[in-house]
Amino acid sequence: MPAVIDVEHLDFSFGSGALTQPVLKDITLSIRKGEIVLITGPSGSGKTTFLTIIGGLRQAFHGSVKVLDQQLINSSEQVKVKARQQIGYIFQQHNLLKSLSALQNVSMTLEMGNALTEQQRRDRSAEALIAVGLGDRLDYKPGQLSGGQLQRVSIARALVGQPKIILADEPTASLDKQSGYEAVSLLKRLAKESQTAILLVTHDYRILDIADRVVELEDGVIKSV
Amino acid sequence: MNKLAWFYFPARLAWRQLIFDRSKLVAAICGVLFACVLVFMQLGFKDSLYASAASAPVKLSGDLFLMHKQSEAMWRPIQFKRSELMRVLGNPAVAEAYPLYLGLAPLKNIKTQVKRTLMVYGFDPDSLIFNLDEIKNKRHELRLKDTVLFDEYSRPEFGPMRSLLEAGRNVTEINDYKVNIVGLFRLGVSFAADGNVMTSDLNFMRIFPRRNLSEIDMGVIKLHPGAPVQQVKAELRSQLNEFVNIFSYEELLKYEKDYWANTAPIGFIFGFGTVMGWVVGLVIVYQILFTDIANHRNEFATLKAMGYEHGYFVRLVFASAFFLAVLGFIPGYVLSLGLYHLAESQMYMPMPMLWSKIITVFLFILSMCVMAGLLAIRKLKDANPADMF
Repeated sequence: MPAVIDVEHLDFSFGSGALTQPVLKDITLSIRKGEIVLITGPSGSGKTTFLTIIGGLRQAFHGSVKVLDQQLINSSEQVKVKARQQIGYIFQQHNLLKSLSALQNVSMTLEMGNALTEQQRRDRSAEALIAVGLGDRLDYKPGQLSGGQLQRVSIARALVGQPKIILADEPTASLDKQSGYEAVSLLKRLAKESQTAILLVTHDYRILDIADRVVELEDGVIKSV
Repeated sequence: MNKLAWFYFPARLAWRQLIFDRSKLVAAICGVLFACVLVFMQLGFKDSLYASAASAPVKLSGDLFLMHKQSEAMWRPIQFKRSELMRVLGNPAVAEAYPLYLGLAPLKNIKTQVKRTLMVYGFDPDSLIFNLDEIKNKRHELRLKDTVLFDEYSRPEFGPMRSLLEAGRNVTEINDYKVNIVGLFRLGVSFAADGNVMTSDLNFMRIFPRRNLSEIDMGVIKLHPGAPVQQVKAELRSQLNEFVNIFSYEELLKYEKDYWANTAPIGFIFGFGTVMGWVVGLVIVYQILFTDIANHRNEFATLKAMGYEHGYFVRLVFASAFFLAVLGFIPGYVLSLGLYHLAESQMYMPMPMLWSKIITVFLFILSMCVMAGLLAIRKLKDANPADMF
């Protein structure tokens, strides 16, 4: 199986000079196609920072971060934008656009590419929402949906573009135990169907069993794999 | 599809975000509407000023006009010799030349006895230098001693002249000289004079005892039909003394207009008011767009994390600015139209709503919104996904 994410000797620190605060130290991690990897660790261990570097949201300067064979270390804005477009992102909060309906929110992923017609976008977005069990909530605005439903909309939004990688940043943080577990189980099922790799940051130990592999991060160092 | 989507998608999202929060949208529209009405009124007053300034020259019927070079405008003329005007008769293209006497004088309100200054025009009643039917019809009466015609469009402070005349009360004083009002005509007020009175050249000298027929304020020249105006003007220019200006009809209108626009500070005042309206509107729209970006910072950062480029958000902000411009302009136009009618009926000032003005104000409002968009775009940099998640 080829690696979709290949990180070697990644160092990252905030600040500069005497105030330099190292966050990630010599991280080496490889994630294969379709693999589900959980990163756990205490707050401040650098989990989210690691995720934002892989997601092309943060610029790192030392080591090697290859996402879908694109080198993100010292990359240009265009390379990072391209990487973001190929990745599905699920946030801690649902981060849906509150002025748009569920269907329109999911369609936002497809509007970046120009390949589809309006009707095709609507159909595919509707399919994605049906797959997460929200077929009867297509035209609801975020204000009319529950927390679990919102997170399922954002899962549909991440998956609808058929990305090879999904990055999820504590997707269960704002959900209760049951809807949190349902959301990640759903994510796992849909990802396995489409051979999508998932890198999921969490410190919710209730969902560890969905992972193929759990990586523990502490003080910027990988403690156990 | 590609080109269309480039603007269509961000514009659609901008529109959806605008209509989502109705109360904020209404507040935003009110801001643009306010600026719109302000600019419309300033431009309306300014154009009205120019239009009324030129109301007297507009009705003059002649091909060329002589004025003293020191005359800044018709309402404050410098006299020159009648003989200077008569010299133009030597040119074979000139058919007729008539002197026009101008003077400001108080007219006593027949009812209240209050005196108020108006403009008095004196000329040979047979000369037909004013293109007004009422004056042509009344020229026999004007030949009589102490007769005048009164401008029905003068300000109402001079008294309800039509009903007074119908009641037979037609005697009043101009410059403390007793005259009979023998009829009405329609010309219109200007910023210089609240009303107008026309009379014969001989009566003019009776009203203004210090004036004499050989010192004229303006000369009106009529050419033979088909004569080349500019060529005759050039010929007369070489024949006449330096101290007179020769204007064609259009040049006279422009000269009067330019006086109010440049020499008098009034043009500047309205121009300044227009710019202030633009600035106030700019600040309002900027504030709206700025808080809008701040409120949607999280959403924009999310979209950036999904792979949307910076340019998408720039287009989104400009689309918002455009929608605000259009949405604010339409009610602003309707309200201004009402105010224009109010000004015309209450202040007796000509305030026509011309297409050119509608387009000018719209472009003005649009430029204001685009400028506000340009300023607000800097706020987009705050929507950095790495700092937010």
